[in-house]
Amino acid sequence: MKLFADLLDRLVLTSSRNAKLKLLADYFASVPDPDRGLALAAITGDLDIPSFKPAMLRALVMERMDPVLFAYSYDYVGDLAETVSLVWPAREGRVLHNADPSLSEAVAALIEAGRANGPSVFAALLDRLDAPSRFALIKLVTGGLRIGVSARRAKQALADFGQIEVAEIEELWHGIAPPYEALFAWLEKRGEKPVPQAQALFRPVMLSNPVQDGDLEKLDPADYRAEWKWDGIRVQATSEGGVHRLYSRTGDDISGAFPDLLEAMDFSGAIDGELLVGVAGQHTGTFSDLQQRLNRKAVSAKMREKFPVFVRCYDLLQDGHDDLRPLPFLERRSRLEAFVARLPAVRFDLSPFVDFSGWEELDDRRRRPPHPVIEGVMLKRRDSAYVPGRPKGPWFKWKRDPHTVDAVLMYAQRGHGKRSSFYSDYTFGVWTGPEEKPELVPVGKAYFGFTDEELRQIDKFVRDNTVERFGPVRSVRAERGHGLVLEVAFEGLNRSTRHKSGVAMRFPRISRLRWDKPAAEADRLETLQALLDG
Amino acid sequence: MRPSDLLQPRPQGLYCPPGDFFIDPVKPVGRALITHGHADHARAGHGTVMATRETLEIMAIRYGEGFAGSRQEARLGERVAVNGVEVSFHPAGHVLGSAQIRVAQGGRCIVASGDYKRRRDPTCLGFEPIACDVFITEATFGLPVFRHPDDAGEIARLLASLGQFPERTHLVGAYSLGKAQRVIRLLRDAGYAETIYIHGALEKLCAYYESQGIALGPLAPATIDNGGKAAFAGKIVVGPPSAFADRWARRFSDPVSAFASGWMRIRQRAKQRGVELPLILSDHSDWDELVATIADTGASEVWVTHGREEALVRWCEINGIAARPLHLVGYEDEGD
Ligand SMILES: [Zn+2]
Repeated sequence: MKLFADLLDRLVLTSSRNAKLKLLADYFASVPDPDRGLALAAITGDLDIPSFKPAMLRALVMERMDPVLFAYSYDYVGDLAETVSLVWPAREGRVLHNADPSLSEAVAALIEAGRANGPSVFAALLDRLDAPSRFALIKLVTGGLRIGVSARRAKQALADFGQIEVAEIEELWHGIAPPYEALFAWLEKRGEKPVPQAQALFRPVMLSNPVQDGDLEKLDPADYRAEWKWDGIRVQATSEGGVHRLYSRTGDDISGAFPDLLEAMDFSGAIDGELLVGVAGQHTGTFSDLQQRLNRKAVSAKMREKFPVFVRCYDLLQDGHDDLRPLPFLERRSRLEAFVARLPAVRFDLSPFVDFSGWEELDDRRRRPPHPVIEGVMLKRRDSAYVPGRPKGPWFKWKRDPHTVDAVLMYAQRGHGKRSSFYSDYTFGVWTGPEEKPELVPVGKAYFGFTDEELRQIDKFVRDNTVERFGPVRSVRAERGHGLVLEVAFEGLNRSTRHKSGVAMRFPRISRLRWDKPAAEADRLETLQALLDG
Repeated sequence: MRPSDLLQPRPQGLYCPPGDFFIDPVKPVGRALITHGHADHARAGHGTVMATRETLEIMAIRYGEGFAGSRQEARLGERVAVNGVEVSFHPAGHVLGSAQIRVAQGGRCIVASGDYKRRRDPTCLGFEPIACDVFITEATFGLPVFRHPDDAGEIARLLASLGQFPERTHLVGAYSLGKAQRVIRLLRDAGYAETIYIHGALEKLCAYYESQGIALGPLAPATIDNGGKAAFAGKIVVGPPSAFADRWARRFSDPVSAFASGWMRIRQRAKQRGVELPLILSDHSDWDELVATIADTGASEVWVTHGREEALVRWCEINGIAARPLHLVGYEDEGD
């Protein structure tokens, strides 16, 4: 349990992506089965373990210590699980190394205990653990590890560990179960690749590269077809043997949030497409509308009616028993056209092709898309097979240029890792209120887009212009006559009730420092609002 | 005679009226008895300072030779009369030279512990429990949540991280008196023999520890002239925590920021400070040590100072020991 607890504690405090991957891969390499598999499941959210309510936890600790001392402790720490893990009266040092129960032993004991004996078995386990391990176990049974590692990241670490492509893990993932012993055996080259034991599995997604300067000159427009790039979320709708699944592009099963779509998936195959709000073939809603449907556990009938979803189909990966992925794109496309024609027309439509004869013509169309929910064009080689990952060459995305706004720096926060000694996370605002007496309202946060040299310059500005400090955050001078103007580029805007400004930016980044521009001339909130309504 | 006639809190610090002296005063006074060299306990500008030889020497290093009008060296265990009050110094196990001060008159005896810890520390003498009527205890970590793990385990985590991330500088924040030298010494005890780089603020005190027979192994200043950024890759650099948030820290390649402190037990504290590798190493007693020490001294009354007084007072109440907080001000535990 100690190693698992150590891993969690390090992951929580580590911000670098590579360092997290290294911590995970090292853990998989050093911990035996079945513990590593259970740890993996705990991180990806696939671990089945009896759950306990916070009240039970509190009751257990109250049997063991003075309530006043507990109250002082809880008040100081602020987190129930952590408080209990620290005050639990088992003397540090008395926990012998060989007495440390393994993760699998702990999980098995809790499962076997059942409802009635659960609390006493749990308490006996806590007695045998050190403080970090108690914390880990408590977090496991009360739900919510919250360690800043997505399932996707964990799969990437597995791929690093086994030196394979992450797509191979994703493809298997929904067909295997904890503790994944066969998976680890395969990754360690000790065994065969596991054969998934389920239907309607995820197929790793093919991604595109952005068009960069000079890319297109080398390509023949006649080799490519173009289609609009829609601003929804990329999904895979898969049905097989009566099992329907909707996956995100990273292989997370998001079926639960879209029962309305699932009902309409009465087919046998796997479609790659864009999930959008609206009615297929009639109305396409904005990303802001789509957000109403995302990350929800339950969806009310009202929600479904107000924000219906549909799939705009890009590609067909599986048609009945035929795996179409090795076929050329145009061949798959004609299979797709026939396939979609048989599906409910309000839930599925085809992503139309954009005709063009040369790159200039396409560039022109890209800049003036016929619909606001289009964020650019996709280029696909006519003969491209469907291969997982992001191969260079067959597919490109050519996005509409980003929006920009001139905003004023308001707050700066210290960064992490390499940047921990710099103020590198910036909150910026635009003007609002009466013209003669405007105020700044925050509209976003950005922590990249600038060069190292620019970072040093902003950092110096922050230190020289600090008004107040709150922990790692500083507020900086931001007045009409004095302030730093940042040109911020962003992909789009969402309506937001959580932000005072009423808008939330998507993918904001600093595109230029406008030392030359007086703060008073930064943009006003109305400029952003116009974008929202347009 | 009541105990409070022998020692009582005053705005300047703990005062002994019959002996006319203060213990660890926070403002300049005529006669000061000082438990240890941390800045919040040992201040410059008193008339006469009585302390252990090491504490006097540490004060001279930090404040210059003229830190007090005159000095009086206290030898451990030796009973000395100060204006008719019997005074003696006893090891406190906190940092090099740290002592508890026992004050007795008319058959009454009070021990002021200053800061103390109970576990073994290779850089200073271990704490000795002294029987007394009143025990004055610190309470820096006076909450049941503070239970420091084994030192060796924390050092092992640092070395494990160094093995995992050999391309990254491991920056260890440690206060310059006591903690820094202890971290270095513990690393040596764990078999780490490579050069350890230190911030300028640590140099004099590390040299002093060396001169007192505490071997710290090869040390070098963490300056850029020592070979540029790459030179510190995979190395351990020790510096005072205040330096970490500043430009000094930028000279290191993709550092793992570690912090050796008892506060690191609380995850939120580590998070707030941007610490990636918290090392729970304290020069103060944890909760279990505090309550064990109260029992060991056999004191019938406990006075609690600087820290989280209320929990310790509550514990005494449950265990039938008279206890009260002293509400002394001005102690900010530099040492942890
Ligand atoms: Zn101290």
